[in-house]
Amino acid sequence: MSLSLQARQLACERDDRWLFEDLDLDIRAGEIVRIEGPNGSGKTTLLKILSGQLADYQGELFWNGMPMRESRRAFLESLLYLGHAPGVKAALTPLENLTWYQALAGESDNEAARLAALESVGLVGYEDVAVGQLSAGQQRRVALARLALTPRPLWVLDEPFTAIDRDGVAALEERLIVHARAGGCVLVTTHHELRKTDELRRVQLGRGGQSHGGL
Amino acid sequence: MAVSETRLSEKEGRGVSRGEPGGGLAVALWATLRRDLTLLMRRRGEVLNPLVFFALVITLFPIGISPDPQLLATIAPGLLWVAALLAALLSLDSLFRGDYDDGSLEQLMLTPQPLPMLAMAKVAVHWLMTGLPLALMAPILGIMLSLPAGSYLVLALSLALGTASLSLIGAIGAALTVGLSRGGVLLSLLVLPLYIPVLIFGAGSVQAAIVGDGVAAHLAILGALLALSLMLAPWAIAASLRISING
Amino acid sequence: MWAFINKLRSPKWFYAISAKLQPFFWVAAAGLILTGTVWGLAFAPADYQQGNSFRIIYVHVPAAFLAQSIFVSMAVAGLVYMVWKIKIADMAAAMMAPLGAAMTFVSLFSGAVWGVPTWGTWWMWDARLTSMLILLFLYLGVIALRGAFTSRDSASRAASVLAMVGVINIPIIKYSVDWWYTLHQPATFTITGRAAMPMEMWAPLLIMVLGFYSFFIALTLMRTRSEILRRESNKRWVRDLAGEMR
Repeated sequence: MSLSLQARQLACERDDRWLFEDLDLDIRAGEIVRIEGPNGSGKTTLLKILSGQLADYQGELFWNGMPMRESRRAFLESLLYLGHAPGVKAALTPLENLTWYQALAGESDNEAARLAALESVGLVGYEDVAVGQLSAGQQRRVALARLALTPRPLWVLDEPFTAIDRDGVAALEERLIVHARAGGCVLVTTHHELRKTDELRRVQLGRGGQSHGGL
Repeated sequence: MAVSETRLSEKEGRGVSRGEPGGGLAVALWATLRRDLTLLMRRRGEVLNPLVFFALVITLFPIGISPDPQLLATIAPGLLWVAALLAALLSLDSLFRGDYDDGSLEQLMLTPQPLPMLAMAKVAVHWLMTGLPLALMAPILGIMLSLPAGSYLVLALSLALGTASLSLIGAIGAALTVGLSRGGVLLSLLVLPLYIPVLIFGAGSVQAAIVGDGVAAHLAILGALLALSLMLAPWAIAASLRISING
Repeated sequence: MWAFINKLRSPKWFYAISAKLQPFFWVAAAGLILTGTVWGLAFAPADYQQGNSFRIIYVHVPAAFLAQSIFVSMAVAGLVYMVWKIKIADMAAAMMAPLGAAMTFVSLFSGAVWGVPTWGTWWMWDARLTSMLILLFLYLGVIALRGAFTSRDSASRAASVLAMVGVINIPIIKYSVDWWYTLHQPATFTITGRAAMPMEMWAPLLIMVLGFYSFFIALTLMRTRSEILRRESNKRWVRDLAGEMR
């Protein structure tokens, strides 16, 4: 499985302020790319552009060598995005939440997969409790269960470590590495210091449009 | 949160091989419908509030104007329609707001399925839980306003047809204002002028039924308005949601 | 066509070209409105039924025309902005909205004033006046929506979408209000009800309409120019311009 996400001459202007300009990025299979930069340097915006949510940018994006605008559907079918908000409904149970995500991904109803996904994030015993009654960290774990539920090669994670306890952080970090080693690809922003491994690569977004693609 | 490498890579393979173009949309639409219905059933107050509001507003008029049955009968079609329209407007603000606040809306946009269709599923739920109950309840309130006999069925029918258009048009406004923290009043300002044609033909059909004119023309125009809304509103809703999510 | 669209992308180009166009439209507006006013008020014959009070159409009708045209132009500008991402179009649309609302108000107000001698009341639910009132609400909605966003890019897009939705609805609203009116009211006077109007009456009207349009174009150019300077104030060419003036 080869996958690549390329950005050429990427630039984003929001309300007459350049968040970044001339950004070249090459993201390949087997990599964990951490986007770094001070607050307000456009990390979230960059992730939104790279995950196909924002069309308001200059430059070109390529998914597996094809221009993003032409391969959008194929791209979305390979993408799993987790944003700041966990995207889980407080009034529904973790199982019900996952049912919806399973259906959105086009997969048929598969309870065993959902239970396994919840188990992988340590939520056994909470399957039928309304998410609103869970702690913030547990709610985040429900969202993270999607990593196991709908297997997608490209993960775009915006601050995934928020609200998670130390064990959870270690397990999630391990999971990112495993995913990269299995041929997947992870794009992540986080304030948490990631363990240095061969897979990890950093991309620095600076203030005032100075940015360095690559190492 | 421990995970073994073998299981992940095995799942990975399954996920990639499972390309699901055609049937995926139906599954996603059905799941979205079911999810939103479940959510509303868990918070039944949100479903009942517009109905109670409808009944309350109708109660205000005899008190504010006159209990004279003859007078009430002449203004009943308009009153019922205006009150139902306002009641349908009431629940519109929450149409996308919950999903916006908890991040589900972002996820909805990132599915490979077309956003206009998924938005339609949400609008359909809004109509099922607001427009349809209002239409079914209106005849009872019609009795209280001494609405002349023979127009009850037309009242319910015109409301059922009309509120579907109202849900569609209103959803555009809801999508435009979902990113604003206090969008409720603004939403009414945006949407009410666009509701006027539906109101004219909706109330007109009930009046025609009372007078004894044919109502087919009115209902046909209401149907045409609905068809037009069905054609155009989904795109406008999707475009508006995209704008709001990136605000 | 494409070359023109690409040129429109450059605010600097627009700023230069509009400087040349603007005086022409101001002169045309002043000349036409002056001619139309004098002709219409002093020389056009009085109406055989309404007497001199009919002369208010020389303000009412051009304002009503303009009010509708501005909404359409605003929607077209919104479409251009959404499709080609031309910022000038959005700036123009933003400047048009208050002017359109003002014109709608002028036409409503003149209609109300005209109603006093004709209907004996300030307000009648006349089909045209009702449509105009709804148009005013549509304008207010667009203006309010644009003002409600903190991000200007989002505000521009949202206002563009709403203007487009509105422009699709305007004919529907107009048609349904006309239908509603004929159902509820026997035919009474409307300001411009009768088709047959002698040449001496409608010629000044035509001149007034053209004058109002020129005024609208001139004012929009002027306001768009100042909006360009405001939005592009951190761009180099604007700073250079400010330097030259100093």
